[in-house]
Parts: sequence; structure tokens; C-alpha cells
Amino acid sequence: MGYLKEIGLYFMMLKGVFIKPTKTSVLRNLVLKEIDDLIIGSLGIVCFISFFVGGVVAIQTALNMDNPILPKSLIGFASRQSIILEFAPTFISIIMAGKVGSFITSSIGTMRVTEQIDALEVMGINSLNYLVFPKIIAMLFYPFVIAIAMFLGILGGYTAAVFGGFATGDQFIVGLQDNFIPFQLVYAFLKTFVFALLLATIPSFFGYYMKGGALEVGKASTTSFVWTSVFIILANYVLTQLLLS
Amino acid sequence: MIEVKDLKKGFGGDELVLKGISTTFEKGKTNLIIGQSGSGKTVFLKCLLGLFRPTEGRILYDGEAYSELSPENQRTLREQMGMVFQGSALFDSMTVEENIMFPLKMFTKQRKAERLERANEVIKRVNLIDANKKLPSEISGGMQKRVAIARAIVNNPKYLFCDEPNSGLDPRTATLIDNLIQEITHEYDITTIINTHDMNSVMEIGEKIVFLQKGHLAWEGSKDTIFSTENQDVTDFVYSSDLFKKVREAVIKDHQ
Repeated sequence: MGYLKEIGLYFMMLKGVFIKPTKTSVLRNLVLKEIDDLIIGSLGIVCFISFFVGGVVAIQTALNMDNPILPKSLIGFASRQSIILEFAPTFISIIMAGKVGSFITSSIGTMRVTEQIDALEVMGINSLNYLVFPKIIAMLFYPFVIAIAMFLGILGGYTAAVFGGFATGDQFIVGLQDNFIPFQLVYAFLKTFVFALLLATIPSFFGYYMKGGALEVGKASTTSFVWTSVFIILANYVLTQLLLS
Repeated sequence: MIEVKDLKKGFGGDELVLKGISTTFEKGKTNLIIGQSGSGKTVFLKCLLGLFRPTEGRILYDGEAYSELSPENQRTLREQMGMVFQGSALFDSMTVEENIMFPLKMFTKQRKAERLERANEVIKRVNLIDANKKLPSEISGGMQKRVAIARAIVNNPKYLFCDEPNSGLDPRTATLIDNLIQEITHEYDITTIINTHDMNSVMEIGEKIVFLQKGHLAWEGSKDTIFSTENQDVTDFVYSSDLFKKVREAVIKDHQ
């Protein structure tokens, strides 16, 4: 029963986000600030993780190819499939649930604890629109982060395969181009878009409706990470079933 | 002026937090709501602010009931309210100046230069020195309260609400903040309502005092009449402070 109430409250929050909009000039600055905090601020960690995990995927594939009949180009093919289909959209989104999600929950939660949200409400400002809407708009740029993660993941795979002596550059590129289905990119970006909405709204929900003090802000951040990850995994399963099967 | 007529507020259960309060808060006066913790002070203040919808009864702001206004008029009325929160509630990502200009930025079409000019006027009025470009975390609690007051009055409100404005401050700063609120109330001729349980504030600025006890209005009067009341609840509350108890004992001894 409690979960149903929470889900209902989440959808009521979403409704509240889109009514009574904030003044356009103020909103523009808020969106730019959120893009800086949520998107630009995440690029460093995403680039680092993508490059090295891409490399590990290539090495693991190479080390598990015992059969000499298997072509070396398979390393490029397997890296591309793993990175584009799952690693970049899903794995990076779960990392972002930790980084961006806990940032959103703790910043909104702190505003709740210190009565800053009440101050907005008293002034007659729709605090949900003021706080959550700019985050949703900023997260529309999230697919660019995932595109960078895809590129760097494959680059990491190429570097590890070629400089580790597992395949030549030509073999890796042949594998990359082998049996490429463009719809898989559409699928990857479609689910990235859904994950972006989850990443913006679920942590906002846990921050906005939290009660208590500083300790509870920490607890809300942890809970937010857990539930954002759960919903990303569930959405991933449902979207994969719907779009690929 | 704010008139409260038979205000009742509950939260779904049988028990009401506010059990039929009727009173008037006059313009140009510092009106204090006092009472013990759990007496319903905060719920009362939130009803007055329009954050809680009354279960029964009406609140009239210069004759207009908030709940009966159109959303547009409710918004206009809200813009006429200023609030000083217990913890100041300053936006910690904004400088002092930006915090004070915030209501102007949200509700007026003023240019930045005009907003800055108005902000500097109120900054001067609340005696904030060399703090314009500082973040709230870089200034003292007393200065934060001054910023909160400046933010509350920058848009020329008709109603000023303060929730425990001097909590967490040393006695001298607390008195300065109390006096500043009273001066501003007289100067701007606004209706000020202060939620407090600080007896020093009562003695300093209590031009009208409303005493709440378990959701009822148990007594109302002023700082001049609070010590002569025979209402036992008020007397117990007033003399729960050691200082006031000792003063009273000394006075009684003198008379004997």
C-alpha cells in the first residue's frame, strides 16, 4: 500500500512540475546551470570509465576466444555490440544514478531541510517547476553523454586490442562494421532518453518529499540511488523486450 | 489588517490542531503569537501564510479571504507577503545581494540596475555592511537574519510573517533583530505577525500578543497587560523562565 502511495505521489509531482511555469528569463539561467552541473560536470568520469571499460571488454573477448577458427574481427564486433547496446546506455546510466542522482537528491533535500523550498512556496513560486523542470530539460542533453561514452568505449576497445597485440587495427575495424544494424543505435538512444527522464525525476522525488534533518538527506540520497537503479534496470528489460524481440 | 474568524485546522484525523481561533492582527503593529511547543503556533502561522488550507473558518487579508480568491489574485496576494524563516532559509547558491533581489527578479519587470538599487536601499536599512557579494555560509547568524528581513521587505509587502526570528542568536543580537522588525513595521506601516516563545521578544516588541494553548486562543493582550493577567496558563508560560520567576519573586518581596 505504501509503495502505491509513493508511486501516486511521484505522478502527482510530475503533474506539478509542468503547471504554473517560472518566468522564462529565470528558467533559462536555471537550465544552463543544470546543464553545467548535470551534463558537463559528468563528462570527466563518463569519459574515464568508458575508455577503460571498452578496453576491458575487448581484452576479455580476445582472451575468451580459444578456438582458432574464430576470426579476430570478432573482438571488434563483440566490443561494438556490448558497448552500444548495453554498456553505454545502461551501465553508464547506473553510474549516473550514483553521481547525478545523489547530487539532485541531496541538493533538493538540503533545500527542504533548510526551509528554502518553503521560502519559494511562500513567495508564490511553484517550487516543483522551479527545481525539477530545469533538471528535466538539462537531462535531454544526456544522449550526447551516451554518444561520447559509445565513441570512447569503442576507442578504448580498439586501443586495447591493437596495442595489446590481440588484433590488428584493420581486423578490429572490419569487426566494427560487420553486420551493423542501424536500428540498434535507435534502440540505444531511445532507452537513453527514458533513462534520462528517470535520472532527473526519481532523485528529485526523493529529495523533494524527504522529511527530517541532515542525516535523512544522506539516507534519501542512498534510497534514491537504489530506486533509480532499480527502475533503470526494469525499464531496460521492458524496452529491450518491446524494441528488439 | 488580518482578521481570523473561527479558524479550525485538522489533518485528516478526529483531532483538530486549531480549534476555532478568532482574532485580529492590526496594521502597523507587531503582533506576536506565543505558546508552548505543540500549542499550534506553527500550524496557525502556516494557515495565515496560505500554506495550509483551513478545515473551517476564514482568514481575511484587508477584507479578502485567500481561499475565495482566483488563482491569479491569490498569487498577487502572496506577492504582498514577506516571510522571515526560523533558519533564515536563504538560497545558499546565491550571494546576499542575489538573495535580496530574488523576489524582484521573480515578480517585477525591473531591470538589473533598478533591482540592485532597491536591494541596496534595503541592505542599508537593515544595516548590512560589506556583505553584498558574500554567500550566506560566509556571514554570521545575525547577518543572515538581516538578509532574510531585507529579502522579506524588498518587494514592499503589506504583511510580514516571522517564525522565531531570533532563535539561535545571542541576547544582544536577538534584541537588535526584534527592534529592527518593530522599526520596519512602523516605518512601512505593515501587518507583522511573529511566532515566538521568547519572553524577551514579548517584553521588547509585543504590541499585541495572542497566546495559544492546545489549539485554543487562551488569551490576548499586550506586553503591558501580560504580567497582570490572571489567566493561569499565561502566568505559567510567562514564569516558566527562571529570570522572570526571580524578577517576580523580587517584586513580591519588595512589596512585602
